[in-house]
Amino acid sequence: MSEQGRVITYADAGVEALREEMRRDDSIVYIGQGIGPRGGNFRQTRGLWKEFGDDRLRDTGICELGATGVAIGAAMAGNRTIVDEVFLDFALEAITQIVQQAANISYMSNGKIKAPVLIRGAMGSVRSAGAHHSHTFYNWFANTPGLKVVLPATPYDLKGLFKSALREPGPVVFVEHKSLYNAKGAVPEEEYLIPLGDARIVREGKDLTIVAMSRMVDLAAKAAASLAQEGISAEVIDPRTIVPLDRKKITDSIKKTGRLVVIDESPSSCSFAAELLAIAVEDCFDELRSIPKRICSLAVPNPFSPVLENQMIPSVDRIVSEVHDMMKVNKLRRKS
Amino acid sequence: MTERVLAEQINRDLLLTYYKKMLELRLFELKVQELYRNARLPGFVHLYVGEEAVAVGVCSNLEAGDLVFSTHRGHGHALAKGVPPGVVLAELWGKTTGCSGGRGGSMHMYAPEYGFMGTNGIVGAPIPLATGGALSAKLRKKGQVVVSFFGEGAVNSGSFHEAVNFGAVWNLPVVYVCENNLYATEMAFSRATKNTSVASRAAAYGMLGVEVDGQDVEAVDATAEAAIRRAREGGGPTLVECKTYRYVGHHEGDPGTDYRTRDEVQQWKQQDPVKLSRKRLLDYGVDEAKLLAADQEVEQLIDQAVEFAENSPEPSADSVNEHVF
Repeated sequence: MSEQGRVITYADAGVEALREEMRRDDSIVYIGQGIGPRGGNFRQTRGLWKEFGDDRLRDTGICELGATGVAIGAAMAGNRTIVDEVFLDFALEAITQIVQQAANISYMSNGKIKAPVLIRGAMGSVRSAGAHHSHTFYNWFANTPGLKVVLPATPYDLKGLFKSALREPGPVVFVEHKSLYNAKGAVPEEEYLIPLGDARIVREGKDLTIVAMSRMVDLAAKAAASLAQEGISAEVIDPRTIVPLDRKKITDSIKKTGRLVVIDESPSSCSFAAELLAIAVEDCFDELRSIPKRICSLAVPNPFSPVLENQMIPSVDRIVSEVHDMMKVNKLRRKS
Repeated sequence: MTERVLAEQINRDLLLTYYKKMLELRLFELKVQELYRNARLPGFVHLYVGEEAVAVGVCSNLEAGDLVFSTHRGHGHALAKGVPPGVVLAELWGKTTGCSGGRGGSMHMYAPEYGFMGTNGIVGAPIPLATGGALSAKLRKKGQVVVSFFGEGAVNSGSFHEAVNFGAVWNLPVVYVCENNLYATEMAFSRATKNTSVASRAAAYGMLGVEVDGQDVEAVDATAEAAIRRAREGGGPTLVECKTYRYVGHHEGDPGTDYRTRDEVQQWKQQDPVKLSRKRLLDYGVDEAKLLAADQEVEQLIDQAVEFAENSPEPSADSVNEHVF
């Protein structure tokens, strides 16, 4: 399926996925704050309440722990549920239910009980939201066995991944980016699914591999376009899902280019970027032509000041500049 | 037969059934204690000794398709919901024939085929899960009822508050059963909260709250019967506080005497639910020989459970990655 069709927003792509899946599967129940008549804080459920009503779009008070536990329990008992934390930050109120209950239930029950629950939340820095509303800790979930972790970067990917996530047997943490809700892109009108664990080659190239997710994909693509003008050919890959991870497509690219740069909106220490560097070393050691590089957010709480916030997050300029440094090294010197 | 005589006979038969079930729970736990002390079982166990009337009085009113969400002290709930003792014991032994195939253990036992939705290692956590189960039951309109067991140690947690609030506002078919055994691990309830009446908290959620003697299986039975019927008929949740006591420590290995007196333990043992119901059966005119036969039957059941569990295979090491997703 090519990325053709009407141009709609990231938020509306999610609404379309939900509408189609809720029509297809009448066991789906959506639980969260402000997701009923209001249509979601980010317009992420706009119009759904009108079609599906109070039974299936269940507005809650501000109580993520209870709402998430209820969603998991209902999933264990036979429904498919979505719990909307709205801001991913608020999932912390419910972290015990997500990590201890949802993630473990299949294993603890020897596969007898599944919890098909989708935990939805919007992450990331946007317009000085500050330290309590900007976290990006998707890597924590990826470090928890039993959870699948999805980070769509475009309206097209969001719809196709959302529909697949809503057919998964167990829990999926579905992480959107706040600053992407109004981003527009082509989305086909006919049904399509994007399987979890299938990375997207955003741009082909031969000199280096840039891996980025969520909002960082756009930055990586812009950096690659800028580098292309100087004759540096960057391949940009969006894994789209961290668990499961399309290790092959990523390592094939690294083996081809010999260079890896990872752009990650989380701090670098113990991050997804760190994991990718480890993979590069494990799988592509002989092919590496320079030391792999992480370009991550600085390890500070999200600052309020726009000046400080911009300083914290990776930028196109920073990516281009770090790639320049990397390209100066033509051959990795190894002591033999 | 007059109506009264008939009613007495029904009560007698029912009480005998309850007596046997409570004895099953008691002897099971004492056997687990013995096996654990002899280092035969891995992990940690929290025993239900002393609280049998609650599980039996409540679960006897449930149908096979109803759901129970239990706690860290949940062997009794599993047995009372109908999970065979051999299957529970095999799980405690980490065997493949255990209800979780040896992947769960005492605090993570799941037997949905019996409507048993799990013990739980996290205090308070099953209350939202049970509430979600009740939401599912309500939406599926099958007349299913959910019972959420928890101790008084859970009621000061946010999980309790958020969950029962949902149960009440959505009018869900759930019965919240608090087993108030007075101590959260070592913490006396009166030291942990100013309001030591759990049942009274129901008012805060616009829900019915009832207190019952948790050592009297007939009293628990009557209270549970009414609450479960209400839930099934769409009358919404009830918070039932069962006043009970554990004779043993918090977990096996805790002597349970650092934070409570031996006198207090002895006093509670005077109202032992198993002895109490046995005495009542004799008062009802049940033959002692009949009770001895019942005792023997239960003892055999437990012996068979041990034999089954002990002789069951361990999981193969290379199955470790199965069932993660």
